[in-house]
Amino acid sequence: MSTLLSLDAVEVGYGDVVAVHAASLEVRAGEIVALIGSNGAGKTTTLRAVAGLLRPRRGRIVFDGDRIDGRSPADVVARGIAHVPEGRQLFPTMTVLENLELGARTAASRAQRPETLARVFDLFPRLAERQTQLAGTLSGGEQQMTAIGRALMARPRLLMLDEPSLGLAPIVVATIFDNLARINAGGTTVLLVEQNVLRALRLCHRGYVLENGAIVAQGTRDALLADERIKRAYLGR
Amino acid sequence: MAVGLTLIFGVMRVVNFAHGDMMVWGMYLAYVLSTRAGLDPYLGFALCAAALFVFGAAVQRGLVDRIVDAPHEMQILLMLGVALVMENVALLVFGPEPIRVRSPLGAATWYLGPLYVDVARLVTFGVAIVLTAALWVFLYRTDLGRQIRAAADNPYGALVIGTDVRRVYAAAFGIGAACVGAAGALVSPILPFQPSTGLSLSVTSFNIVIIGGMGSLPGAFVGGVLVSVAESLGAVFLKPSLKELASFSLLILILIVRPAGLFGRRAS
Ligand SMILES: Nc1ncnc2c1ncn2[C@@H]1O[C@H](COP(=O)(O)OP(=O)(O)OP(=O)(O)O)[C@@H](O)[C@H]1O
Ligand SMILES: [Mg+2]
Repeated sequence: MSTLLSLDAVEVGYGDVVAVHAASLEVRAGEIVALIGSNGAGKTTTLRAVAGLLRPRRGRIVFDGDRIDGRSPADVVARGIAHVPEGRQLFPTMTVLENLELGARTAASRAQRPETLARVFDLFPRLAERQTQLAGTLSGGEQQMTAIGRALMARPRLLMLDEPSLGLAPIVVATIFDNLARINAGGTTVLLVEQNVLRALRLCHRGYVLENGAIVAQGTRDALLADERIKRAYLGR
Repeated sequence: MAVGLTLIFGVMRVVNFAHGDMMVWGMYLAYVLSTRAGLDPYLGFALCAAALFVFGAAVQRGLVDRIVDAPHEMQILLMLGVALVMENVALLVFGPEPIRVRSPLGAATWYLGPLYVDVARLVTFGVAIVLTAALWVFLYRTDLGRQIRAAADNPYGALVIGTDVRRVYAAAFGIGAACVGAAGALVSPILPFQPSTGLSLSVTSFNIVIIGGMGSLPGAFVGGVLVSVAESLGAVFLKPSLKELASFSLLILILIVRPAGLFGRRAS
């Protein structure tokens, strides 16, 4: 499998604060990669750097053979990376349909808008029912589905998700994780940040553990699930 | 007429201290077109709108863009600076005396049986309605319009999905300025103006936006109607020079009862 995204010793921060100082990881085409770590480890910061929302101070980020660190979010999206951010960041006073359609920003994705929309409604039939409702009035689960749908509308090759399970009921989380598997089976590579470590590890092919701004462990799904340190620190047994 | 004017003002809902001065520039442009080219303001308003669109987009690209990451107060200061420059350029070029644009078209009155219709007010009102409707269609039915609403709704979210925010803000700013320019040209035969008129126009537009609720389109409409009714009543029952007293009392009253404005969402 070829490498789609790689981070090489990336350092990112906010003002004087260095939030991530040594993030190195690799996502291969077709994989689901989980990025786990405790509160404040730097997971969100890492995703924001890939998305072009933060400029790394050191290191390099390469997507599909091209360096993308320091590029604008619009450019990163156009190259095929869609981001489902922490807190969903929907447009609350606009309808579900408008939120979804806004996700198709590039010319190519706009041309395929009807087909992609049909696929999103197929994955999340609830969104088809809620099309004309304002996004701000949706339940948490429906908002998360809208955020994922909006990212899919960009027809990304890499889908990055930042804690999609946060604050949702277990049954809704199950639906969303089932759909992530379906999305991946359809050919979209996934980089998943999660606090729900057990679920994330079960879904992924490989995973990385981020602690205090640095990658401290990595491995395949089975290796990480069997790792005693991870069991103790994240799985509570 | 005041309703039409204030409606246009309110729809832009951008906190922009230069709005009033942009409107005054629209008025002076209508004046120049009328005196130099013989173009009636009721025809020339489209040119004024186009000119102000270019000006507004250029101000956004050249100045506001440079400080988008700065705190909000900085943007207010910048727009105050732009307002001062605009007012003083007008003062330099046209002098301080109040003027009014002659409009043969606007002076006409049509008699429809027992009714007589003032053409100036009719045209102004009609254009205000058409412009407001066109703006609505643009914001709700076109892709660029939706991007503008999205960026107003959640700027960070707009960035995340890959919006070309520079282009979107330039378009929004340009369209806001174009509306003001058209409004300026349309009232130029009715409302005598001078370079310092800009400030009081800006204050009125603020008043409307705050009463209606920041960032609410229906709020802007209702705010516009309320302010013009309050000012008309104030002028009749108090004194014409005290009409602003009525609209500011209304502003204070509404801020006490509903701090977010009539249609405003509570700050989260
Ligand atoms: N806007 C900011 N300004 C300054 N420091 C920040 C900012 N955002 C995050 N940080 C700091 O950067 C570090 C990493 O934060 P980040 O949000 O990336 O962690 P995270 O792994 O996503 O945590 P969580 O699980 O809570 O979402 C933290 O120490 C945090 O305090
Ligand atoms: Mg986070």
